[in-house]
Amino acid sequence: MHPENIVYFDNAATSWPKPQETMDAMYLFAAHTGANPGRSGHSLSVQAAREVMDTREALAELLCVQDMLRIIFTRNATESLNLVFKGLLHKGDHVITSSMEHNSVMRPLRGLESQGVKLSVVQCAPTGELDPGDIRAAIMRGTRMIVLTHASNVTGTLMPVSEVGSIAREHGIVFCVDAAQTAGSVPIDVQSMNIDILVFTGHKALFGPQGTGGLYLGPGLEHELTPLVMGGTGSLSEFEKQPDFLPDKYESGTPNAMGLAGLGAGVRFLQRQGLASVRAREEELKEQLIEGLRNIRGVHVYGPKDMARSIANVSFTMESTSPSEVTLALDEFYGIMSRPGLHCAPSAHRTIGTFPGGTVRFSLGYFNTSDQVSYALQAVSDLCAGTLEKRSWKSR
Amino acid sequence: MSGAEYQVILFDSVNAALLAEKLLKREGIPFKVIPVPRHLSSDCGVCIRIPAHERERAKHSLAKGVHIQGIHAL
Repeated sequence: MHPENIVYFDNAATSWPKPQETMDAMYLFAAHTGANPGRSGHSLSVQAAREVMDTREALAELLCVQDMLRIIFTRNATESLNLVFKGLLHKGDHVITSSMEHNSVMRPLRGLESQGVKLSVVQCAPTGELDPGDIRAAIMRGTRMIVLTHASNVTGTLMPVSEVGSIAREHGIVFCVDAAQTAGSVPIDVQSMNIDILVFTGHKALFGPQGTGGLYLGPGLEHELTPLVMGGTGSLSEFEKQPDFLPDKYESGTPNAMGLAGLGAGVRFLQRQGLASVRAREEELKEQLIEGLRNIRGVHVYGPKDMARSIANVSFTMESTSPSEVTLALDEFYGIMSRPGLHCAPSAHRTIGTFPGGTVRFSLGYFNTSDQVSYALQAVSDLCAGTLEKRSWKSR
Repeated sequence: MSGAEYQVILFDSVNAALLAEKLLKREGIPFKVIPVPRHLSSDCGVCIRIPAHERERAKHSLAKGVHIQGIHAL
């Protein structure tokens, strides 16, 4: 299928297309920089390290982080979450999370539970919304960490991060936010939101390539967090002991410098557009989509009624057809890319009442258009009415 | 040019040296990123060379943002 014939509604998994700048930066890195960042004193190596550092700087600006060396790179949000949980939680520690979390949070936490970490999963409403009071009620002696997604990958529901941040700070509990869905589409200020650890990935709203991600680590936590991976850092090479300074302590081995150059270009692209205008465009498209879906008989839409309390991930089911059949038909007949099923978040689907069947998810992005949303609404409407016909976005 | 005209600033890592580079650029202090001279450290990274007379200004502008391992005459 020609890319121009595709309507891509799977941005919550990986954003596509990317800005031209992202691709240009990766090409330029491969063609002209290429060397190992920070592993030699020669000028190409320094230039490679400089490009990685520029990406650190761009992310620090975006997330309101004062010290850019507190931005640590990993392969993705999943790796960052594993680093944080396995490096900070010990037998007997208590951790609180929500019932709307992705398996990137749930699986490592369940794994630690079997090693003696105590876990409380706070139940959210069927819209995915969390009452911060329920987090407060779950705090006990030994509560070490609160982990919360910033927005659900299933329903787009935004979580009360600032409120929970205040509660965590008040009790001296580490507050870790999974911003995989929001970094790049919702403003984040780690200071004012009282976030101690912010986990992000590069390949979604930040417009970087797959294989880039990281975290912000708050002051002092580097003395408590054990590295997940140890090895060469290009620093203190005369010692066989892992360096204890940031970000080297957590960045062993040659990084994906080409990918990080692309991520930096993606973040700069976002900054040029302005986060407010990105969010406004996605809001508009989401409202059009939700309004349209609600008007189709036989379609049920999940998530908050108040659309300001969600991002542009929209989950729906159709009475007559299963999610996987809907997704297949949308792909085959209309060239629309959506995602069916449980979206790696079984607990979230239990919360909204769609387990085990799941939903169809349309996740919109900055490069989608109002015409594409209208086209998809027509497709869903055709599907409901049983009047499928082969169409293409380009020749509609 | 005699070596005494320059000083080198050593950092914990290449990352720290490149952060320092950004801070010096912001202040308009002239500098050059060079490999760490072997007689100063066995580390394989880079350091920053500045004109000797910029020493105090450089030290001051870096103090807020990055840890300095040492400053040496070349």
